[in-house]
Amino acid sequence: MVNVGVNKIATQAGNIRLMNNLEADLRDRLNKKPILLMTHLVLGYPSLDTNYEVIRQMAENGVDCIEMQIPFSEPMADGPIIVAANQKSLSKGITVEDSFQFAERVIKEFPQVNFLFMTYYNIVFRYGEERFIKRSTDIGIKGFIVPDLPPEEGETYIRISKEHGMAPIQFFTPTSSDERMREVAAIGGGFIYCVARRGVTGTKLELDTDLVQYLQRCRAATELPLAVGFGISSREDIQMLTGKVEMAVIGTATIRLVDEKGADKVASFMKKLQ
Amino acid sequence: MKKGYFGQWGGMFVPEILHETFMQLIEAYEAARADSTFWQEYLEVMANYSARPTPLTYAHNLTKHFGGAQIYIKREDLNQTGAHKANNVMGQGLLVKRMGKKRVIAETGAGQHGVATATMAARFGFECVVYMGEEDVIRQRPNVFWMEKLGAKVVPVRDGARTLKDAINEAFRDWVTLMDSTHYVLGTVCGPHPFPEMVAWFQSIIGQEARRQIIDQHGKMPARVYACVGGGSNAIGVFQGFLDEDVELVGVEAGGKGLDTGQHASRMKGDRAAPGVTQGYKTMFLQNKDGQMIDTHSIAAGLDYVGISPILADLGEKGRVRFEAATDTEVLDALTLTMRTEGVIPALESSHAFVQAFKEAPNMSPDEAIIINMSGRGDKDIFTIAKAYDDPSWKEFIISQADGFRK
Ligand SMILES: Cc1ncc(COP(=O)(O)O)c(C=O)c1O
Repeated sequence: MVNVGVNKIATQAGNIRLMNNLEADLRDRLNKKPILLMTHLVLGYPSLDTNYEVIRQMAENGVDCIEMQIPFSEPMADGPIIVAANQKSLSKGITVEDSFQFAERVIKEFPQVNFLFMTYYNIVFRYGEERFIKRSTDIGIKGFIVPDLPPEEGETYIRISKEHGMAPIQFFTPTSSDERMREVAAIGGGFIYCVARRGVTGTKLELDTDLVQYLQRCRAATELPLAVGFGISSREDIQMLTGKVEMAVIGTATIRLVDEKGADKVASFMKKLQ
Repeated sequence: MKKGYFGQWGGMFVPEILHETFMQLIEAYEAARADSTFWQEYLEVMANYSARPTPLTYAHNLTKHFGGAQIYIKREDLNQTGAHKANNVMGQGLLVKRMGKKRVIAETGAGQHGVATATMAARFGFECVVYMGEEDVIRQRPNVFWMEKLGAKVVPVRDGARTLKDAINEAFRDWVTLMDSTHYVLGTVCGPHPFPEMVAWFQSIIGQEARRQIIDQHGKMPARVYACVGGGSNAIGVFQGFLDEDVELVGVEAGGKGLDTGQHASRMKGDRAAPGVTQGYKTMFLQNKDGQMIDTHSIAAGLDYVGISPILADLGEKGRVRFEAATDTEVLDALTLTMRTEGVIPALESSHAFVQAFKEAPNMSPDEAIIINMSGRGDKDIFTIAKAYDDPSWKEFIISQADGFRK
C-alpha cells in the first residue's frame, strides 16, 4: 500500500510547501513540548531482546523518534563504540531480514514512536532500492538515514522514498556552505540531521559560539525541523538546544549506558533527560 | 555521463561532511590537469627522485625457456621504495603542495603505499599518519619499521578484518575530523571520484613509457600486457599505454588457495563478487547476499582487498580487459623461476602477473611480444617470502637473532 502522505503548509514566504508524514507528526508534537527526542540503537547489539527492552523503555518515556541502525560491515561514518556494536551484531549473525522482522514487530507494538532505519547504502542497494523502500513503507517505517549516500548519488532513492511518503533524511554539517545547505534542504524531507561537529559519532559536544552560529546558519537555510546529534548526554545539553533546534539526538550515550549499566537503566535515563 | 563514472561503476559516495573537501580536491586536480607545467614538474620529480623512466627489460632467458612469445618486463621495482606506488604518491604530494595542506594520511595493506607516502611526506615536509590493519602490521613489520623511521606515525586498526579495507575506513574517519589541514593520499585507483581518475592519471606514466620502449625494442605493439590487480593501479597504469591499440590486456587477481575454496580475493574472475557500493564508490565487491563484505585471502597483502577499481570493472564488463586468477602456490613457482632465470625478484603481488604470462607465452608465436608489469620488487617481502618458502636456514637465523635480543 502506497501512502502518499503529504500535507501542504504555507511557508514564511507565502509559498505552499509539501510536508510529509513525518514532518507533520513532528510539528504536532512540537505543539505540546519545546524540543523532541530522537534516540539511536544498533539492531542486534547486544541482542534483539535487549533492543526490544530498550525500545520499550524509550517508547514509554516520551522518545519521539528512534533510529534503528541495520548493521553493516563497513560503518565508515561511525566512531569506535558504534563500529564495535555493528561488528558484534554481525558476528552473532544478524541479517537484514532479521532487522525487518524486528522492526515490524516494534512498530506495531509502539505506535507512539516514529521509527526510522539508519544504515549504509550498500545494504539498501543489495536489497534493491525499490524493494527496500517499499517493504519499509509497508511495515510503517517513517524515514531513512543513509550517511554515505549524498543527494547527487541518491536521486532514485530520494524519488522513490518521496513517492512512498517516506522521509529521506538529509544532512547539514559545519563544513556545508549556506548555498549547499539550501540545496540539500530543497531535496530533504521529514527533518534535517545537523551534524554538530567534524568527526565521527560519539565525540562530545559543547555548545560554544561556533556551534550556536552554525545552528543559526542551519535555521536560516531551511524551514524543515532541525535535529542535532553527536555527543548529547544530559538534560543541560538538551536545555541548551531548546529554542535553537526541534529535536535532540542521543546516539552513543544510550549504547554506552546499556553496555555499562544494563537495559533497565534506560527508562530513568530518558526521564532524566527531559 | 555523470562525472566520476566509468560505465555504471564509480561515483562519489561521500558523507555530506566531506562534500566541500571533495569539491576543493576536484578543483585542484582539474586545475593541475589543465596546466601542462604540473605534468612537467611531475616528470622531473619522477626522473630525479624515482629513477624514471624505468627500463623495459627483455627477458631473454625466460623467452628461451618458454619458447613462445618474446617476454619483456616493465621494471616498476626500480622506483623509489621499490614499487609503482611512488608514481601515485609523488603526484598527490605535488597536488598537496598546491592545495597548501600540511598533513597527509594514508591507508596501507602491504605497507608499500604507506612507506611510499612516508617518503613523500618526509621529502615535502608534511606530517604523516598511516592507518594499517593490525593483521598487516604483524605480517609486514619491516615496513612499519621504515615508516616510523621516516617520521610517520603508524596507527594499527583493530576493527573488522583488520586488513586494508578497515584501514581505509579508519583513514576516512580521520579525514572527516581533520579535513581542513589534511589530504588523504589514497593508494590505489579506488574510492570516490576523483581518486580513481586521478590515480590512474599519475600511474599512466608506466604505460606511456612502456609504449615507447616496446616500439623501440620490438618494433611494434605487444600482443598482450599482463598486470596483477589489487585495487588496480599498476594495471591501469600500464594498460593506458595500449587501450587504443589491438593489444590484449590481462589483469591477474589473487586466486589465494583456489577460487573454489572461498579463500581468495578475486572479484572479476569467479562468481563470489557482486555489484555494491561502499568506501565511496560502486564496483564489484566480495560480499554476502546481505551486502556485508567478506574476508579475503592472498599470499600477497597488496592484493588482499574486497573491491576493484571502477575503471577496471568497466573495462572488464566491456570485454576490453580479460581477468584471470593465480593461486598462492603458482605465485611462488613463478617467483622462483623468475629469480633463477633472470636474476630479478618480483614482489608477491607482481608474481601473479608472471603466472598468467607463463601459462600463455608458450602457446604464442616468437613473432609476438608480451609485457609483464613488474609492479614491485620482492626483496622487501623477505619475511613473507622466506616464510612462504618455509626456508630452514632463514628460520634458524630468525631464532638466533631473537635469542640475541633476549640476552
Ligand atoms: C608491489 C605491489 N604490486 C601491486 C599492488 C596492488 O595494488 P594495485 O592493484 O593498485 O597496483 C601492491 C599494493 O600494495 C604492491 O605493493
